[in-house]
Amino acid sequence: MSGNSTAHSPRSLDEAYEILSHTAAKVIAGGTDLMVLMNARQLDAEEFLDIWRIDELRGIADEGDALRIGALATYTDLIRSPIIQKYAPALVAASRMVGAVQIQNRGTLGGNIVNASPAGDSLPVLAAYDAELEIGSRRGLRRLDFNQFYTGYRRTALEADELVVSVRVPKLKADERDFFCKVGTRRAQAISKTVMAVKAKTENEILEWIRVGVGSVAPTVVRAYKTESLLAGRAITADLVEQARQSISLEVSPITDLRSTEHYRRRVTGNVLARFLREVIDSDGAGI
Amino acid sequence: MAVGQNVLRKEGVEKLTGAARYIDDIALEGMLYGKTIRSPLARGLIKSISFDTDFDWSPITVCDWRDIPGENFVALIENDQPLLVARDVRHAEEPILLIAAESRTLVEEAASRIRIEYEELTPVLSIEESLDCREIIYGDDNVFKRFLIARGEVDEGINQGDLIIEGCYRVPHQEQLYIEPQGMIAIPTDTGMTVLGSMQCPYYVHKALKQLFNLSDEQAVVIQTMTGGGFGGKEEYPSMIACHAALLAHKAQRPVKIIYDRAEDIAATTKRHPGVIRHRTAVTRDGRLTASEIDIVLDGGAYVTLTPVVLSRAAIHALGPYRCENVRITARAVATNTPPNGAFRGFGAPQVAFAYEMQMEKIALRLGIDPLELRRINMLKEGDITATGQQLRWSVGSEDVLNAAVERSHFREKQEAIQIERASGDSRKRRGVGLSFFFHGAGFTGSGEAKMKARAGIEITDQGRARVLSSSTEIGQGTQTIFCQIVADELGIGFDDVEIEETDTSRVPDSGPTVASRTCMVVGRVIQLAAREIKEKIKRFAAELFGAPEIDLMEGRFVEGGKVLASFAEVAREYAAQNGKLKVESQYASPMGVEWDDDSYSGDAYPAFSWGAEVAEVEVDMDTFEVSVLKITTAQDIGRAIHPLLAAGQIEGGTLQAVGYGLTEELVWDQGRIVNRMLTNYIIPTSMDAPDMETVIVEKEYPHGPFGAKGVGELPMDGAAPAIAAAVLNATGAFVSEIPVTPERLMMIHEGTRRESNED
Repeated sequence: MSGNSTAHSPRSLDEAYEILSHTAAKVIAGGTDLMVLMNARQLDAEEFLDIWRIDELRGIADEGDALRIGALATYTDLIRSPIIQKYAPALVAASRMVGAVQIQNRGTLGGNIVNASPAGDSLPVLAAYDAELEIGSRRGLRRLDFNQFYTGYRRTALEADELVVSVRVPKLKADERDFFCKVGTRRAQAISKTVMAVKAKTENEILEWIRVGVGSVAPTVVRAYKTESLLAGRAITADLVEQARQSISLEVSPITDLRSTEHYRRRVTGNVLARFLREVIDSDGAGI
Repeated sequence: MAVGQNVLRKEGVEKLTGAARYIDDIALEGMLYGKTIRSPLARGLIKSISFDTDFDWSPITVCDWRDIPGENFVALIENDQPLLVARDVRHAEEPILLIAAESRTLVEEAASRIRIEYEELTPVLSIEESLDCREIIYGDDNVFKRFLIARGEVDEGINQGDLIIEGCYRVPHQEQLYIEPQGMIAIPTDTGMTVLGSMQCPYYVHKALKQLFNLSDEQAVVIQTMTGGGFGGKEEYPSMIACHAALLAHKAQRPVKIIYDRAEDIAATTKRHPGVIRHRTAVTRDGRLTASEIDIVLDGGAYVTLTPVVLSRAAIHALGPYRCENVRITARAVATNTPPNGAFRGFGAPQVAFAYEMQMEKIALRLGIDPLELRRINMLKEGDITATGQQLRWSVGSEDVLNAAVERSHFREKQEAIQIERASGDSRKRRGVGLSFFFHGAGFTGSGEAKMKARAGIEITDQGRARVLSSSTEIGQGTQTIFCQIVADELGIGFDDVEIEETDTSRVPDSGPTVASRTCMVVGRVIQLAAREIKEKIKRFAAELFGAPEIDLMEGRFVEGGKVLASFAEVAREYAAQNGKLKVESQYASPMGVEWDDDSYSGDAYPAFSWGAEVAEVEVDMDTFEVSVLKITTAQDIGRAIHPLLAAGQIEGGTLQAVGYGLTEELVWDQGRIVNRMLTNYIIPTSMDAPDMETVIVEKEYPHGPFGAKGVGELPMDGAAPAIAAAVLNATGAFVSEIPVTPERLMMIHEGTRRESNED
């Protein structure tokens, strides 16, 4: 980046859509990803659209069956929100594992989605929750399943003139449970080696259904559909846990990179799913 | 009394309030920003260098090797490392060109307009590749340096043993990761060159600068600015940056600043030497060592730099703090086409400590002897003789530290609790407890201090305060504070009446480098002697002045028979009026009877050793193979803690640095280049990863140190990695012979161990 970059800082969504309709401005929210690139001189952009001051993008609302989370909700907002704590606990767990407190104060859920890193901490939760995105532009609003948003490594279904406006997350019901686990080797400031979120409905050790979102093990965050269908409707036994462990190890497609090995990622992804299933046995067996 | 008290740090307020100015906070009139153009290749020949003719080069200062007035090297031991590559590239990130311009943006733009063409050569990138000699990159056999330490009859010792146990241990590179990256400003003066910057050793930089421009002692001036950590990384490398900045400044005739960003700093500057260490130990069934053969190979990188000295310390510490009559230690350092490895807290000792302590764990396992018992059977005590034939005459806290660490950590109770827990069934989270026992020689090795003859002094200011003159640097460890404490107590004045002269080679004598756990023990001693002499002189003067032969100086007051006659400041001013400035400079002399023979590599390797014992408690997640260090209890004998809080801080910081060494810190290489050059991917522990720490300071006074003090800087780096690996062994049964114990590595060992036991 050279010294003569420009930044737009609109106060309304309409203004922002207008700017996006006729410029190639790079959208910046909390800046926790972009500023790192900028500092390393790896950001090829001279014009920015700063959306930080658009209040329409803020707020977390209870809409009955679902929660509507503004794209600018920070991780700290999520951690502190009583309705997120109650109805989307895995999202709180994921937010607590993002960077460290400074990053949590500034980084946003919308930014995590649009940055499209396969290692984004919140993304497996949105995948497992079957979240829905509200996407806006001057052409209007549209809705898209989160699980259809990523089209390839760091590629999304977002058009050049569009913004992610909000995320709708179905509320966790009383007979459902969720789970989050990030494996990142250190306890803060870590980028995951594998990261998993699960949402499931169980009754007396029978898994009615299960949704498993996994990150850092494929070019995008993915759902483990095969393993999900292997488990659906089955009673959780030691044998089934082992089958699921092996199934998901084969279903994911990790690589060896700076942070870890393919072998480790496959095996530990399996172990983490097994941990969730054992927890179900333990808690259901213990009294539900 | 100030010694033993947790007085306020001399530079504490400045740092706390943000008033402290680090090198990058300083901007000078007309200053240019410099940048180093480096090789992306590990080995090759420069074929051509071209400058984009569409770019305006007139505001850019460019230097290559032909701009060096004299010989092209950084003055150190062998003088084999060039300042700028002329033709032969010997490691990735090796400096080739220097450029400077009025802004950082312009200098970056200019850098992108330079093209360098190379002829690639096959690089040597590992110890194994260096030893197999398919490519020769140094001498006849790629070996920079060899040492042999021999004592007793190894063959006989092997016969006396009932069992021979072999082990091979591998240790990795490690980055010092001071928070403030490297940086220098060079300023051309009428008579020579002044350099300011972040550094540990102003007189190393001074020597390199004098050599570069053929300057006199006075013409080259080196000033240390506030320094945000060193850990050895600012021992030798700052000379390179200072010379680079000075070359640009000399050519432009303007001040030039060079600051490395984190990526450049990690990629280009020195690391801890990686190594392969083999042990072959003969033991009796009851656990006595009868012979020990140890072979050490360290990777020195592309140039000799400090490698022989690191290798020497590794060899001397290789047997560990154990008794063995028959010893043969062979040590080699080899060349590779990687950035030169250099000084890092511990300086060869943490490498061999991991090896000797894991070898003890292996012996305990094989003999079925408790690991603590095995250490007690073989530990060195006062009067015992080390591998170099040094009889331990004084200040041997070996038993004290081991007992303290075991008692304070409830090691025995923890061992039992874990056994009971284990018997009650398999758990996905397994706890383990392990210990390590270690020692660290304080000061330079062998005859180093006798040759160095460290100098330091004290002068009395016009205000009647004592000012310490020393080139020992404050790098966060508390040099300034402890020096003032020593002077205050020795002289008999208040801590607040002692100040520190700026670390500027035109104002302070050469106290030797700030390295080797020597600042307190060696330079502190010299300062104590200077204070003693000042006191003698001013007491004699006061005695005459007041006609009071029994006069004494206490807490800043001259007293006789309980009566205060004058303040120190009053007498000091009177002294100056009559005799001129009161100033004393002292020099280090080795204690009587401390002798070392360089030819046979035997004798008193160090005037004293510091001793440590450590107990680590871990929890291993058997799903993710992540190791959490829950608690470390460490007891360290440092002679005397001049400032107990700073000493404990050194111990805790060094221990955490060693937790990273043992668990997570690993460089990823691609064709000789470091790939993980950011804080996001070079994984040091965060505050969240820091275990609970309990620190016990043991004080077995060293008679020739200031108030009994020995060294504390490096000892804490030696113990955590083996203690954690022993705890992981206790928790999982996985014997770790290579660090860091990453989850990936532990998983592979665990899978291998399971396969083996299935086959049995």
